[in-house]
Amino acid sequence: MSEQEIDLKKRRFLTKATSVVGAVGVGFVAWPFLSSWMPSARAKAAGAPVDVDISKLESGQLVRVLWRKKPVWIFRRDASAVASLKTLESELTDPNNEEDQQPIYAKNTHRSIKAEVAVIVGVCTHLGCSPTYRPELGAADLGGEAWKGGFYCPCHGSKFDLAGRVYAGAPAPTNLIIPPYHFVSDSLIRIGVDPKAS
Amino acid sequence: MDNNKSWIDQRFPLTKVWNEHLAEYYTPRNFNFWYFFGSLAMLVLVMQIVTGIFLTMHFKPDAANAFASVEYIMRDVDWGWLIRYLHSTGASAFFIVIYLHMYRGLLYGSYKAPRELIWILGMVLYIALMAEAFMGYVLPWGQMSYWGAQVIISLFGSVPFIGPDLLIWILGDYAVGDPALNRFFSLHVIALPLILVVLVFLHIVALHTVGSNNPDGVEIKKNKDKDGIPKDGIPFHPYYSVKDIVGVVVFLMIFSSVVFFAPAMNGYFLESANFVVANPLKTPDHIAPLWYLTPFYSVLRAIPPMFGSQFPGVVGMFAALLILLALPWIDRSKVKSIRYRSWPYKVALGVFVISFIVLGWLGMQPVTPLNALLARVFTVAYFGFFILMPWFTSIGKTKEVPTRVTE
Repeated sequence: MSEQEIDLKKRRFLTKATSVVGAVGVGFVAWPFLSSWMPSARAKAAGAPVDVDISKLESGQLVRVLWRKKPVWIFRRDASAVASLKTLESELTDPNNEEDQQPIYAKNTHRSIKAEVAVIVGVCTHLGCSPTYRPELGAADLGGEAWKGGFYCPCHGSKFDLAGRVYAGAPAPTNLIIPPYHFVSDSLIRIGVDPKAS
Repeated sequence: MDNNKSWIDQRFPLTKVWNEHLAEYYTPRNFNFWYFFGSLAMLVLVMQIVTGIFLTMHFKPDAANAFASVEYIMRDVDWGWLIRYLHSTGASAFFIVIYLHMYRGLLYGSYKAPRELIWILGMVLYIALMAEAFMGYVLPWGQMSYWGAQVIISLFGSVPFIGPDLLIWILGDYAVGDPALNRFFSLHVIALPLILVVLVFLHIVALHTVGSNNPDGVEIKKNKDKDGIPKDGIPFHPYYSVKDIVGVVVFLMIFSSVVFFAPAMNGYFLESANFVVANPLKTPDHIAPLWYLTPFYSVLRAIPPMFGSQFPGVVGMFAALLILLALPWIDRSKVKSIRYRSWPYKVALGVFVISFIVLGWLGMQPVTPLNALLARVFTVAYFGFFILMPWFTSIGKTKEVPTRVTE
């Protein structure tokens, strides 16, 4: 054996083969560590649906609940607020909800199942702040006369109407998200579950 | 004693390391005020590690307890307030020192050949330090911690295709919450400090290989005496080790005045919204990152969404940071130091410094149409400095560089 010449070709092949097998091994070992960063079983389980009783919700009043750790707004719009939504269309980025930011049953002007009750995920589509509820008509700092009520994001100045549709020129690229929800009864909303196919 | 020394030296290169890096490490004799900040950065790093170790003994990395445990440190732990204020003031002091240290590099062309790798390692250190500071700021779990984390982590969600999944992976949940706090704690106290210490070691090894630059930008190794010692060099120890102590004393005087008399620095070092516990239902009326991140935050806000995505702004923000890495290669000037540079470079550097400061100030202000316009103008100026650098460093008349350092 000792008299045999060193076979460099074989040696290079073995070096490469060992390196490749080693790299695959490193990949396999890295996997458990990387995937330990994914939501744990407990975090996944915490995403259960949330029930909200709206029987005491006054016109114009807004309540916030946590669903999957995100704020969800439920508020009641009066008839004039619903009517004003139509008049805003020219000022909005996506007045007709072309972007897939809502379930199909909320793809309408008022972006909700019932026109008077709005359910919106209160997370700005820009960088995740929670916009402030500004229902007062004609707020001086939000454009005066033209302001029909809506939401203002304090972080980067995006404005949304009372259906969560974003005003054109705002940093936020899309309308606010409408979560899946349905009415269990007239006064009880379940957030996180679509209505039964009807 | 000598016996002991040789016993060790046979087993460990103690004398050799001492001489190579201190007693016989020759440093240019003309260092000025700007050369204090490297050693001060090391001082602050040690201070942050020591105060951090003690804070970790009382802090609870748990969304339900974190805020209360910080209040407990402030009120119930003996001297806890001092240790925490040293740590929180130390974070801002770290960036003040680092920004001055980097500005020194710009003034005297310290990033130019043969010191490119020192600059690269320094930049990586700076980026790691930003991550370290950001994660540290999340830990007290106040309103600003929570919403700051929400905004910064959302940046990753805007990456095309993989963004939403990447976001969930980083957070370990569907929103910022306990898993994020817990892993940021781990990264803040173990992973990033280890990386920082290793990078500082490499930064210094690289520096000691090529030797320090100086305010004249003259290579002192080109002029050696018959013993091979640079004529313009003096041993680091005792000359600069002692000089640096003066810098340390002055620094600590200013530093302790802040710690004892204005630890919140009027909202610049500790924001008032962070004295309220994190509330996922309500964003504070005005949120801004801490001052040392605001120039980049301004760039992010200045770039409008394109193609229904916030991603261009995020790219712009990271580009503003990473473009600094290109400095050694886009600077075409033959001279290093500002003392001998042509006037176009001096003007450009002035514009750059003003842009950086104005962007930093704008990043703390609410968005108004005027502020948005200013942010755009100064973002263009900021990038202009780098994009035009190959041009303005090759025009204009430079002064003649002396062969030896001047007094």
